[in-house]
Amino acid sequence: MRYREALNLAMREEMNANEDVFIMGEDIGVFQGAFKVTAGLLEEFGERRVRDTPISENTFVGMGVGAAMAGLRPVVELMTINFSLLALDQIINSAASIRYMFGAQVKVPLVIRMPQGAGHQLGPTHSHCLEALYQHIPGLLVAVPSTPADARGLLKAAIRDDNPVVFIEHETLYGRRGEVDTDDDEPLRFGEAAVRREGDGVTIVGISRMAETALKAADKLASDHEIEAEVIDPRTLRPLDLDTILESVRKTNRAVIVEEGWPHGGVGANLAALIQEQAFDHLDAPVGRVTGADVPMPYSKPLEQAAFPHEEHVVKAAVATFRDV
Amino acid sequence: MATEDATRGRSPEKTGVESRSRPLPDRDTCEKVLAKMILIRRFEERAGEMYAKAKIGGFLHLCIGEEATIVGATQALQEGDYLLSTYREHGQALARGTEPNAVMAELFGKVDGCSSGRGGSMHLFDAERRFFGGYGIVGGNLPLAAGVALASDYRGTEDVTLCMSGDGATNQGTFGETMNLAALWSLPIVFMVINNQFGMGTALERHSAVTDLSKKAAGYGVPGTRCNGMDVLDTHACVSEALEKARGDRAPQLVEAVTYRYRGHSMADPEEYRTKEEVEEWRGHDPIAAFSERVTEEGELGEDDVKRMDDAAMKAVDEAVAFADASPFPDLDSLYDDIYVMGEQVSEGWFSVDERSPDAHRGEREREAGDVAKELAEAGAAHGEGEDARSERRVDRAEAEPEDGEGEPAGDERDEVGGGD
Ligand SMILES: Cc1ncc(C[n+]2csc(CCOP(=O)(O)OP(=O)(O)O)c2C)c(N)n1
Ligand SMILES: [Mg+2]
Repeated sequence: MRYREALNLAMREEMNANEDVFIMGEDIGVFQGAFKVTAGLLEEFGERRVRDTPISENTFVGMGVGAAMAGLRPVVELMTINFSLLALDQIINSAASIRYMFGAQVKVPLVIRMPQGAGHQLGPTHSHCLEALYQHIPGLLVAVPSTPADARGLLKAAIRDDNPVVFIEHETLYGRRGEVDTDDDEPLRFGEAAVRREGDGVTIVGISRMAETALKAADKLASDHEIEAEVIDPRTLRPLDLDTILESVRKTNRAVIVEEGWPHGGVGANLAALIQEQAFDHLDAPVGRVTGADVPMPYSKPLEQAAFPHEEHVVKAAVATFRDV
Repeated sequence: MATEDATRGRSPEKTGVESRSRPLPDRDTCEKVLAKMILIRRFEERAGEMYAKAKIGGFLHLCIGEEATIVGATQALQEGDYLLSTYREHGQALARGTEPNAVMAELFGKVDGCSSGRGGSMHLFDAERRFFGGYGIVGGNLPLAAGVALASDYRGTEDVTLCMSGDGATNQGTFGETMNLAALWSLPIVFMVINNQFGMGTALERHSAVTDLSKKAAGYGVPGTRCNGMDVLDTHACVSEALEKARGDRAPQLVEAVTYRYRGHSMADPEEYRTKEEVEEWRGHDPIAAFSERVTEEGELGEDDVKRMDDAAMKAVDEAVAFADASPFPDLDSLYDDIYVMGEQVSEGWFSVDERSPDAHRGEREREAGDVAKELAEAGAAHGEGEDARSERRVDRAEAEPEDGEGEPAGDERDEVGGGD
């Protein structure tokens, strides 16, 4: 099953299970979704539960918050993460804060789904990876699934959870195939990392699509450098399964974090701080970071490709942790 | 997917635009107007072909069918006036005088493009001609345009700003907020809503409660008129009148131009939300055919003149493709250039961090990066090279079936990664 189909299935299953679940977003109905994730849902569930919205991001996200406060379980799709910037007010000032601010009298069981990612030559307004931005916000849960099984399992978990969830998909992953156990209706748990590959040479943590890139790099490290990397996909950034990462670092004594977003204040910056705080004595080298280039994403193909990480970057960074210190 | 109900009210007759017949201008003007519309059409057709050949990446939003809105409006501008548009803006740049070579080179991502290859199809810019940009964020250009108009007003110049956006953009919060400020501060600005009757696959009546968009800003103090966007002369007359009110009386105006896009929203649009018959019906009201017919019938121009203009447009487009092909890609070392204005505050220090190389880095521009960073930039850029063949297959299969997942077998189901926004 493809990643996009797994997401579609999760929504279908949860909508069938619970009448309070409904979806809304731009072009998700008649158009079937800009990336076809919601294909067929309008036909199956009708216009009451599958709502095409006008281009009004801040408002329909805010309406999702309001509907959630009043007891529904909205799943709001933003066409891409770039457009979530128009809704930051409602995401941060409302969704993330309301429960705390009102003394826990209400909850906001809202899911905001959106894809991110570069590689399709969409230029500076359509290509960024912003998981670090959402990871920053207390009150939000943040998921970054990288496989079809995780996409389904985590989306089901997100819909059933009573907290606002920022659910970050990746444009490049939509067409990926993977095993999904459709007999298993249990959602995945947030805060449980997946160890994608075991190894004792170096720990590589890959975020979102970069979990894939990290795996490719691990193969090269094994074949070209005789380094067995352990590859960890945290799957959710809030809550974060730091224990699994630390356990691995205590074994390998080396860590490299790979993300597509910018370096300043990135996921890797945060993880590097946490790792050195809690496993300093186990480190044989500084924590390595591989990030997207610190620039607005350019359109031109070679520039764009040079501006986000590929396996070569990860291999270099991993090998560098073996340099004499 | 398009049902009878969904297409109700969208036929040319039912849009409520009378085909106001305006008198023909002089021969020279007729020729200029027609030549520009033909150039835009030919350019867009060729851009579509180049996209299919994977010479152009990203999304490609063509304006075919909407040429009269662009040329009618821009002909009404004075040299010092500003123009801002959306991501569907190749025609706007061409109409404002940007060389086809520079526009095509931008679409190819080449260094000689009008945005140096950084922006692509959605982000054209030509400061010299006061074409102040195409913008990828729907509704994002409205406040910018009002700000440009504020600067003109502040300096006491006579320049007016023309801001174009789509019907879908009228639903953004920025629409109402910008209208209020423009009216409140009496700014010299004209908002032109190019109503092609869809925001992506969502028809006007499914996205806007008020479908007479000329009325949508009136409550904020910006009066509006509606013109026939398939008629270049009517568009020109309405926009001219609005510009003069904005210029002379500092009274911002809105002009709704009713039109239709013949092609999909972008190249990745299966167009299931409308019928082929509807598109055909609108093609019967083609702005270029209608205007050529009129100028030849009324004797201003001969058929051979029209043919000559078409030949000239084809030649210009051929040249643009050759130019874009020959232009180099931007230097990889230029990646970190121009993020900031270099000066007192930004001359050294860690204004940008390069985390792509494990080498210790000083955070300066890529041009000063070490060998490892350079090597890695080249390795990254090389990932773009193998993709051409795949992209080509992608569009050959069908416009509606853009690229599959990387390394994926080509499935027979529709599967796009680039998506359609
Ligand atoms: C803020 C934002 N939301 C969503 C999109 C995706 N998107 C691009 S174009 C478009 C439709 C816009 O329709 P309209 O304003 O009518 O302009 P048209 O494309 O018809 O020229 C959408 C939803 C975007 N670019 N920006
Ligand atoms: Mg439109």
